[in-house]
Amino acid sequence: MDEIAPEYDVVVMGTGLTECVLSGVLSVKGKKVLHIDRNDHYGAEAASVNIEALFKKYGNYSKGEEPWKKYGRVNDWNIDLVPKLLMSSGELTNILVSTDVTRYLEFKQVAGSYVQQGNGAKATVAKVPSTAGEALRSSLMGIFEKRRMKSFIEWVGTFNEADTATHYGLNIRTCSMKEVYDKFGLEAGTRDFIGHAMALYQTDSYINEKGGAVEAIQRIHLYGTSVSRYGKSPYIYPLYGLGELPQGFARLSAIYGGTYMLNTNIDEIIYEGTKAVGIKATMQDRGGEEPMKFTTKCKKILADPSYFPGKVQVTGHVLKAICILNHPLAGTDNSDSAQLIIPQSQVGRKNDIYIAVVSSAHSVCPKGYYIAIVSTIAETTANHHLELAPGFERLGKIEEKFMGPPIPLYEPLESGVNDNIFISKSYDATSHFETTTDDVKDIYRRAEGHDLVVEGLREGTNLVGDNE
Amino acid sequence: MPPRFAQFKLVLLGESAVGKSSLVLRFVKDQFDDFRESTIGAAFLTQTISLDDQTTVKFEIWDTAGQERYKSLAPMYYRNANCAVVVYDITQASSLDKAKQWVKELQRQANENIIIALAGNKLDLVTAQPDKRAISTADAEAYAREAGLLFFETSAKTSENVRELFTSIAKKLPLDQAGPRNPRSGGRGGVELRPETPSQNNGPCAC
Ligand SMILES: Cc1cc2nc3c(=O)[nH]c(=O)nc-3n(C[C@H](O)[C@H](O)[C@H](O)COP(=O)(O)OP(=O)(O)OC[C@H]3O[C@@H](n4cnc5c(N)ncnc54)[C@H](O)[C@@H]3O)c2cc1C
Ligand SMILES: Nc1nc2c(ncn2[C@@H]2O[C@H](COP(=O)(O)OP(=O)(O)OP(=O)(O)O)[C@@H](O)[C@H]2O)c(=O)[nH]1
Ligand SMILES: [Mg+2]
Repeated sequence: MDEIAPEYDVVVMGTGLTECVLSGVLSVKGKKVLHIDRNDHYGAEAASVNIEALFKKYGNYSKGEEPWKKYGRVNDWNIDLVPKLLMSSGELTNILVSTDVTRYLEFKQVAGSYVQQGNGAKATVAKVPSTAGEALRSSLMGIFEKRRMKSFIEWVGTFNEADTATHYGLNIRTCSMKEVYDKFGLEAGTRDFIGHAMALYQTDSYINEKGGAVEAIQRIHLYGTSVSRYGKSPYIYPLYGLGELPQGFARLSAIYGGTYMLNTNIDEIIYEGTKAVGIKATMQDRGGEEPMKFTTKCKKILADPSYFPGKVQVTGHVLKAICILNHPLAGTDNSDSAQLIIPQSQVGRKNDIYIAVVSSAHSVCPKGYYIAIVSTIAETTANHHLELAPGFERLGKIEEKFMGPPIPLYEPLESGVNDNIFISKSYDATSHFETTTDDVKDIYRRAEGHDLVVEGLREGTNLVGDNE
Repeated sequence: MPPRFAQFKLVLLGESAVGKSSLVLRFVKDQFDDFRESTIGAAFLTQTISLDDQTTVKFEIWDTAGQERYKSLAPMYYRNANCAVVVYDITQASSLDKAKQWVKELQRQANENIIIALAGNKLDLVTAQPDKRAISTADAEAYAREAGLLFFETSAKTSENVRELFTSIAKKLPLDQAGPRNPRSGGRGGVELRPETPSQNNGPCAC
């Protein structure tokens, strides 16, 4: 076994998406990176697992049973542990393009984006209109409301924060989104799907925020540009599941000299004063050889929250149920993939319920199956299954349901400048990766002292035989 | 018969420093470097070969990028690989044992129909000094036959048998079914991710 270098610029712990993007970017920028995971697979909390691994993770079967056997070949399943989709014009897409990680991955559109109106027996599901034309055809609004929605969408399309002529007479610096809705005379139901299914706010707290209109408009704009990029929905999704994303960035890092060690436990962090300056670790050898103990120095450590339980706090809990279906979602035009948002106000909650559906079209399961993940932010300390009930109602017959206890969301207590340990946040309950890339940029800024520029990341780097 | 064009994913495996990257560099660029550093970079190359006037095969070649060094290859690496070259160094006895482990791993992890070639590299070293040889041709050949592998002894340095290696793989590939992956072309109803053009930034109503 090769020797570990005596010193690295950065030791990264955990191969989740956030860590792998950082590791890839830092390697491209010439940093010497050692990337470690205690697990024997890539992805950490953002992995995709096969159906046997999923049953074993949740343990929801009796001893001696092998319930996965009736679901075809175990490895035809790639089930995401974190339910998210990529916005086609979002920042993760930009990073994938500028680092050329796209060459390792194949993406497909998510077929549709839907929203629920009403509750219980009266609930209806409709496509989220994202263009003026779709607004006019939408079943979500009456005839006059459609026209108001059309002018609103057209206005968002022309809005430019720097140009007051496009502000429709509003004082945009202090203006709340409520004032904007009032100005266009939009009804409550319309506000609901604009705020929750287009701006993708999970609660209603954005509405009255002073000066909050700009961010809301930008979010609606991102939704619109993302839809117009490929046509059907604002979302794209990688074949074989989200677990491919960290693997792609890990490969980028490795190509630029990053060293990868899975199956490796961190035994100790070495400090000098308050600052971390190295690690002691043990690689468990899966080939039956002796475990390899090693010590190495590093200038800084990047890690997911699970590596530093004493340096993080819990900010909330996500509820999540992974469901296997053998039919598409009712009301989604038999889409092979979809996102359905149930806005909180429609079902008497404070937080939206999200349903993300993917299927064999994305090579995540055998033909005929659909994987639907229902999630929300916990609002109670018990009755978690009931909190997700409005989501389960949308699924129809469920073949398998995997639901563990509420999942804590962590964030670091400190920025990392004092101890050289830069910790990421947990993957939150949002339906996309925009907050993940925000975290990537935030960690990069904290650790490197300057902003990460995504454009042209690989320009000027010279790779052996980079012939395409 | 209409012209045929097929694309296949080829992965390389083998112990560090046996010459994986050197073989690729010889095949793709017809270059060799005596003082190559351990792989940095040569991790995604393509090369096209014509089998005859009508038949062109494009290899999309994935080098390990060093992730195998500490047994940390990602499943993505094997995924949909149509063919593999498992390399050992004929002057290093242990490197064939390692190659055998990789063959096992491939047969377990990769496509059922994957075509595997075994390459005993650094042939030039034993041509000059026969006593440097640590693995006899007959032994390696017997193993390859038993395991159902193509077999060549190669030199990335002199280019001996390098082209032959890749050509014989191409001949064994099922040309009527092009490789499943076609990156950048957005095959199978996929989307191709490109930098956004400014005209696409005009907002939701650019449609
Ligand atoms: C059929 C069934 C399947 C289960 N599957 C899992 C699993 O995959 N993973 C896991 O960790 N735990 C599973 N459990 C256990 C259950 O999720 C735990 O009891 C849960 O942690 C308790 O949460 P709670 O107090 O919020 O339940 P509550 O919300 O108080 O439960 C409300 C009602 O829902 C039922 N219920 C609770 N959980 C489930 C569920 N997952 N599926 C169907 N009905 C449910 C309860 O029996 C009760 O009637 C299952 C339980 C049942 C009955
Ligand atoms: N004489 C001779 N040397 C070779 C040959 N092929 C490779 N080498 C040398 O062997 C060393 C290792 O070659 P690489 O191509 O980097 O080996 P690798 O298998 O890609 O190694 P890793 O990237 O570390 O896994 C280099 O110094 C090469 O110059 C060969 O056919 N003959
Ligand atoms: Mg190499």
